[in-house]
Amino acid sequence: MTSSRRHLEPLKEWLIERFIWLCGVSAIFFVFAIFVFVFREGAEYFFNGFKAGEFFSSIEWYPTSRTHVRYGALALITGTFSVSFLSMFIAVPFGLGAAVFISEFCPPRLKEGLKIVIELLAAIPSVVWGFIGLTIMNSLIVQLFNAPLGLNMLNGAIILALMSVPIIVSIGEDALKAVPDSYREAALALGCTRWQMVFRVLLPAARNGLLAAVLLGIGRAVGETMAVLMATGHSIRIPRGVLEPVRTLTATIAAELGEAPVHSEHYQVLFIIGILLFTITFVINITADLIVRGIGKK
Amino acid sequence: MKKKNPYQSLSLLLALLLIAGCLRGRQPGQEGAGEKKVIQNSGSDTMVNLAQAWAEEYVRINPSVSVEVSGGGSGTGIASLINGTADIANCSREMTPAERERARENTGRDPVEHLVGYDALAIFVNLKNPLHEITLEQLAEIYGENGRSVRWSDLGVKPPDEERDEIIIVSRQSNSGTYEYFREAVLGKTRDFRLGTIDMHGSKDVVELVARTPGAIGYSGMGYATDRVRMLSIARSAGETAYAPTVQNTQKGSYPVARPLFMYTLGEPEGEIKAYLDWIDSPVGQDMVVRSGYVSLSRLGSAAPAETQEQRP
Repeated sequence: MTSSRRHLEPLKEWLIERFIWLCGVSAIFFVFAIFVFVFREGAEYFFNGFKAGEFFSSIEWYPTSRTHVRYGALALITGTFSVSFLSMFIAVPFGLGAAVFISEFCPPRLKEGLKIVIELLAAIPSVVWGFIGLTIMNSLIVQLFNAPLGLNMLNGAIILALMSVPIIVSIGEDALKAVPDSYREAALALGCTRWQMVFRVLLPAARNGLLAAVLLGIGRAVGETMAVLMATGHSIRIPRGVLEPVRTLTATIAAELGEAPVHSEHYQVLFIIGILLFTITFVINITADLIVRGIGKK
Repeated sequence: MKKKNPYQSLSLLLALLLIAGCLRGRQPGQEGAGEKKVIQNSGSDTMVNLAQAWAEEYVRINPSVSVEVSGGGSGTGIASLINGTADIANCSREMTPAERERARENTGRDPVEHLVGYDALAIFVNLKNPLHEITLEQLAEIYGENGRSVRWSDLGVKPPDEERDEIIIVSRQSNSGTYEYFREAVLGKTRDFRLGTIDMHGSKDVVELVARTPGAIGYSGMGYATDRVRMLSIARSAGETAYAPTVQNTQKGSYPVARPLFMYTLGEPEGEIKAYLDWIDSPVGQDMVVRSGYVSLSRLGSAAPAETQEQRP
């Protein structure tokens, strides 16, 4: 029995190697498969009849009009970007602040507790966040800001910020933890206060990791669907302020794909929106990668 | 060589029983003693409360049948009917010729229509709003593309929110049957909705938002009315009588924004499904229509007004 096991050992090794290889390569495969699928669904209309000028410059989104169908996505694009940027405006200071606190200032016992709670925050399903936006945040915003309507860009951005803070915190904290202790010791030995150490030494040293944390947060915000669908008011318009309702690209797909007849123009335009979203996240990731490499070389 | 685990055989037995149970449960035609026949019922969000009420009541009368209800919209229900995941599709509009064609192509059977009640769409405003009546034309100017009314003062109404005159127009997402029906009934065959409406996901959400927002106006099924909002009486045009969204007005056809509610089956219904639909058609089933805030079939005559309408003047 032992000898047979010894014979089987190389085979086992080979199998495990193949399996791990497959796991690694499958990620590439899936990304390409999804891209091919999304592109194929939208391709026919994209090359044939798609009006890019209207799509990017008109706010008139009338996919189900009976007389004059128009696919102007400008308001949706503005919606996605405005909500995402506003949410990052809230989430980045909070997230990075929390990461610095947890990694540098926090007593060890509190630290464990905080990390568990923050992980819990990340585990809350997005539809629950949306529900919170629809009910609690809705009336809060009306009361605090005297807004005519509680479902608006600010509501969506706060919800998105709450959703992306856990990501920023956990990745940011990892980045800070990766800075060698000798940096901290050196800074303190030179007479820095702890704040000077954080701002002058740690943050520059962990720059790449922190940037990655922020970009992953943006990725979450751009791609989030259900929560923004419920919290932003789902209204097609160019917002003139943070208290105006907006509608995002993702929410549009979620709300309309179910009812768009398969392979109809409307269906294909929704997939073109999918391609656009894909491109946006792709550009964000590539930019992040280039920035990180650029900083690394210096 | 290996000690036999005493639990192993037991767990194997359990697993086998479990699999057997699943297999038996999935057999569609079996209606033997103790077997529960499951009727899958999906579709219109407007009808989901009513369908759920029917399903719960019917189980008490006929425990051998269980009706599973899900929402998702009229189109979603029809899609489920066509792909075989639903036995009955709830639909708050008539099936389109394209949908009928698709059903025929995919299943080889014709969808059959069953009228089960009426839905009157109510126009809701906040309790602070002084408005009590509105005409279809005024509604079209509020909701329609290039409509003239964007402020409450455009309608000659004192703004319900002292600081803001703007009308906050609440609508539904374009995948809902209510959205399509409102467009057809109020904006006509050709006109589109105005851009910049607040599009809510569900019927209840519209009423909830109007209740919270002084300057808002919204439309939703009469059954979703609460005492935190007011329903407007509607006149076909200026100078004509405005009719309140009541049972009598809907049955008489004088309330302008009312529509029939349908249930669709593939082919003539048989067996338990037929029994269920017959029960819905019976006085007991129709009584539930009224109690859910909808309007029952007119041939049943004197239906008492639903609770939700008693607050109306």
